[in-house]
Amino acid sequence: MANAADETRPSPDALLKAAEKESRGKHKIFLGAAPGVGKTWEMLSAAHRGKREGIDVVVGVVETHGRAETEAQLAGLEVVPRRKVAYRERTLEEMDIDAILARRPALVLVDELAHTNAEGSRHPKRYLDVEELLAAGIDVYSTLNVQHVESLNDVVARITRIRVRETVPDRIVDAADEVELVDLTPADLIARLSEGKVYVRDQAQRALKHYFSPGNLTALRELALRRTAERVDEQMRSYMREHAIAGPWAAGERVIVCLDPGPGAANAVRAAKRSADALDAELIALYVETDRHAGLSEQERVRLAEAMRLAAQLGAEVATVPGRSVVEEIVAFARSRNATRVVVGKSRRSRWFELRHGSIVDELVRSNSGLAIEVAPSADTSPQAGPSDWLRDVPLSPGPYLEGALSTVLATALGVMIDRLIILPNISLVFVVPVLAAAVRHGLVPSLWVSGLSVLAYNFFFIPPLYLFIVADPANVVALFFFMVVAVVASALAARTRTQTESARREARTTAELYAFSRKIAGVIEADDLLWIVVTHLARLLKAEIVILMPEQGSLTTCAAFPPDSELSDADLAAARWSWDADRPAGRGTDTLPGGRWLFVPIRTSRSAVAIIGVLPQREGHALSAGERRLLEAVGNQAAVAVERVTLAEDIDRARLGAERERLRSAMLTSVSHDLRTPLASIIGSLSSLRSYGARYDAATREELLGTALGEAERLDRFVGNLLDMTRLDAGAIAPKREAVEVGDLVSTTLRRVQPLLKDHAVASIVSSGLPVLSLDFVLAEQALFNLLDNAAKYSPAGGHIEVEARPADGHVEIVVRDEGPGLAVEDLGRIFDKFYRAQEGDRRLAGTGLGLAIARGFVEVQGGTIVARNRAGRSGAEFVVSYPVG
Amino acid sequence: MLLDLGLPDVDGLGLIGRIRALGPVPIVVLSSRGDEAAKVAALDSGADDYVTKPFGAEELMARLRAALRHRLQEQGAGRVFTSDDLSVDLVRRLVRRGTEDIKLSPKEYDILEQLAIHAGKVLTHKHLLREVWRDESVDPQYLRVYVRQLRQKIEADPATPRHVLTEPGVGYRLV
Repeated sequence: MANAADETRPSPDALLKAAEKESRGKHKIFLGAAPGVGKTWEMLSAAHRGKREGIDVVVGVVETHGRAETEAQLAGLEVVPRRKVAYRERTLEEMDIDAILARRPALVLVDELAHTNAEGSRHPKRYLDVEELLAAGIDVYSTLNVQHVESLNDVVARITRIRVRETVPDRIVDAADEVELVDLTPADLIARLSEGKVYVRDQAQRALKHYFSPGNLTALRELALRRTAERVDEQMRSYMREHAIAGPWAAGERVIVCLDPGPGAANAVRAAKRSADALDAELIALYVETDRHAGLSEQERVRLAEAMRLAAQLGAEVATVPGRSVVEEIVAFARSRNATRVVVGKSRRSRWFELRHGSIVDELVRSNSGLAIEVAPSADTSPQAGPSDWLRDVPLSPGPYLEGALSTVLATALGVMIDRLIILPNISLVFVVPVLAAAVRHGLVPSLWVSGLSVLAYNFFFIPPLYLFIVADPANVVALFFFMVVAVVASALAARTRTQTESARREARTTAELYAFSRKIAGVIEADDLLWIVVTHLARLLKAEIVILMPEQGSLTTCAAFPPDSELSDADLAAARWSWDADRPAGRGTDTLPGGRWLFVPIRTSRSAVAIIGVLPQREGHALSAGERRLLEAVGNQAAVAVERVTLAEDIDRARLGAERERLRSAMLTSVSHDLRTPLASIIGSLSSLRSYGARYDAATREELLGTALGEAERLDRFVGNLLDMTRLDAGAIAPKREAVEVGDLVSTTLRRVQPLLKDHAVASIVSSGLPVLSLDFVLAEQALFNLLDNAAKYSPAGGHIEVEARPADGHVEIVVRDEGPGLAVEDLGRIFDKFYRAQEGDRRLAGTGLGLAIARGFVEVQGGTIVARNRAGRSGAEFVVSYPVG
Repeated sequence: MLLDLGLPDVDGLGLIGRIRALGPVPIVVLSSRGDEAAKVAALDSGADDYVTKPFGAEELMARLRAALRHRLQEQGAGRVFTSDDLSVDLVRRLVRRGTEDIKLSPKEYDILEQLAIHAGKVLTHKHLLREVWRDESVDPQYLRVYVRQLRQKIEADPATPRHVLTEPGVGYRLV
């Protein structure tokens, strides 16, 4: 295992836990053995001490029960007024957790930790309120009687014969930073009681005398002392772990408790918790899902779910493994987890059941697994309610029975025919067919019915004396008996196969659903589509309204819903928000806000919580079954991963876009700095020469310098115009204003404007007559053509010919611009229209922006046209073909 | 009156309307390229002409002269428009290229008459439709058809018109 160096290093887990505790508030519990030992008084004294030291103390809730000494203690402490809750014509007062959170004291006093809140409160239990306060970083002092500790609950009940309904999970007590035992000897407590100093509720008066007997009090005191001692022990060891002090604690001890749907499950879990605590072992609750699972009654399912929840509440890991044999799976699981002890609830099954199925305890003991087997007693003696499982499967409609009777008649007829034709030694075999058929098709009971009918028919038609229900020959009695046995066994086997098949089918359906779902969401790349698939799928699976909430700009908003008009009330939204903040389920059927109509479940990936799924079953008041919850969880997990994938994909797209934009920006910077500076250099050069030496130049030189400056300024103007056009194109701010445009008009108008740039070239325009009128934006079309002509002028040698031709072409009108320049290199063809791309990079680079052609393409395409660049056939030079659709 | 439409906090169009209400002062608007809609709106609310920034002094002066001339023309209507070999006699309704009389259809003449009355000034499509067809909602495509026919008759080379010029996105101008 670990080497020496590791052992002297503080365990990371322990440090992590300590770090987590840092930001939480500190919880101190004043633990007492029984009411009246003075917990509240002690807590108030501690609060006063704190206040004197300058700590900001408020009273969240303290019950004085009219005791003068406690009342006096309360004086001088700030009390947060309680919230009034209307409940069945009465007004109850509960701790106002929101007021306390708003007040944000350093320390708050909360009496009676095990208290159950009035219906309609945020949490059903006061200890959950305390957890929220602690999570908010507020220190809490609270009081608790040992009888309310969950794992001691049934022990106390056995001692005092009073079962306390209000319990506090052990994890709350275990997680408390300090537990102070408020101790009083039984004699003193009884004395206080007789002085009337102990408050006991009216209902309890009856039990009072028995409860406060010296024997009980001693036992309770021992429990409290032991619980505190265990805690001290645990604290010491945790201290040793944090400070890496090697100690003699047992390493990796694990206790497994087997869950079953029986009434003793909860008891077994509690017993296992005590065992595990005493051994300082980890507790694992194991449920083996056999083929019998599918046939569990609703009551048994609920019991199982409750046992699982109790186990989780007691801090156990809950595991479910599928398998055929409970015992084999338990042993295998125990081996794989290195467990030493298995706790099993005492079976309350009938001897008959155990004869048929075998006792798990017996089998475990016989399995020779080396495990210590502990059998927890079953406390609850109420008779098992509801029909047993095999009876539950009985079809109540007459159909299967009629069918069975009919098939028996057919078998009889067949038997009679065979009997006439050939001599078969045992005709009874014919009757096995309808028996098996009934078992496979309808289950055990119809098949037994057919067995009975078959026996009668066989007797009546085939056993002498014929046509009488009398058996004369003793040999035939034996034959009839064995037929009966064969029929019953075959029925049972076939029926069992049937339930197994059905359970497998159900499992297969769930798996298929999940598979279909995962396939459906695998290809989705849009977040909206994905969420829609999730809500519709869940709505269908759970027969419920579904909403998905995700954080948007800091607040939780509905992103998808099915039906799409589902709306959440403010109270529902508050529950959803709580669920998001606490990363725990909330609403219907949970610990938090159970009064709500909706159930909210956070879905998360390994990285973070992604969304909240809200479920409102269509049947009013129906809570999700454990199976439905599991399905919800499975779908939710898949959805969470998918949502994360989509968001990641969006992030990647954004990053890619950002990179592209960055590349363009740097290209633009290069271009701008070059193209702005070149004309400016000419302008400044010309003007400064004129100013300094103007008088010495002759008129022609002056004219030339001025011409240069003006020409360069105009070029600069075109460049700035191009930049603006490009910006408009990039921003998608160009909406073509279409009008009827005559191509001849377009060409001549453009040529007129471009004239100054083409003065060194010979320009020819050829416009076919009878061209149709086009629907274009004149300004955009003109600018596109202008840029092409500008480009042609740039790349043509002086004196070269530039041609503009407009011609019809198969539903389009083509405008072709040809030059006599060097033409286009093959590698340029594809990129010539890219922004800031320029043929002939480097020193030979011509003045220009690398934007002209990009703008031309942008303007042509925004009007529904296309543009192509190619080399002229048969001679040097490039040609650009703009093609606009007619109509 | 020279008015820059790009003034930061004055509604230029509203200003044109107010000045126009005061009297027949010629108004020339300064505007930027790519803002054809603003030019049309300015012309429709009463501006005489526009100049696109940046511009040369020569161009500006030519436009101002045309605007002033146009105002004078309006007062003393009934003159003859001449440019190169083209002449339009607005009183006798006679159009002539060189020595040759040109026969125009009534609509063609009406368009040419409007352009000649406002010679040198840009007339928006809306203006021409209103004055010639007496209906602004007529499809501007008719206008284009008639302008083409007009060019065929009065231009020496209809493919590169010298007199009836298209102002992209705004309208037509006779020079």
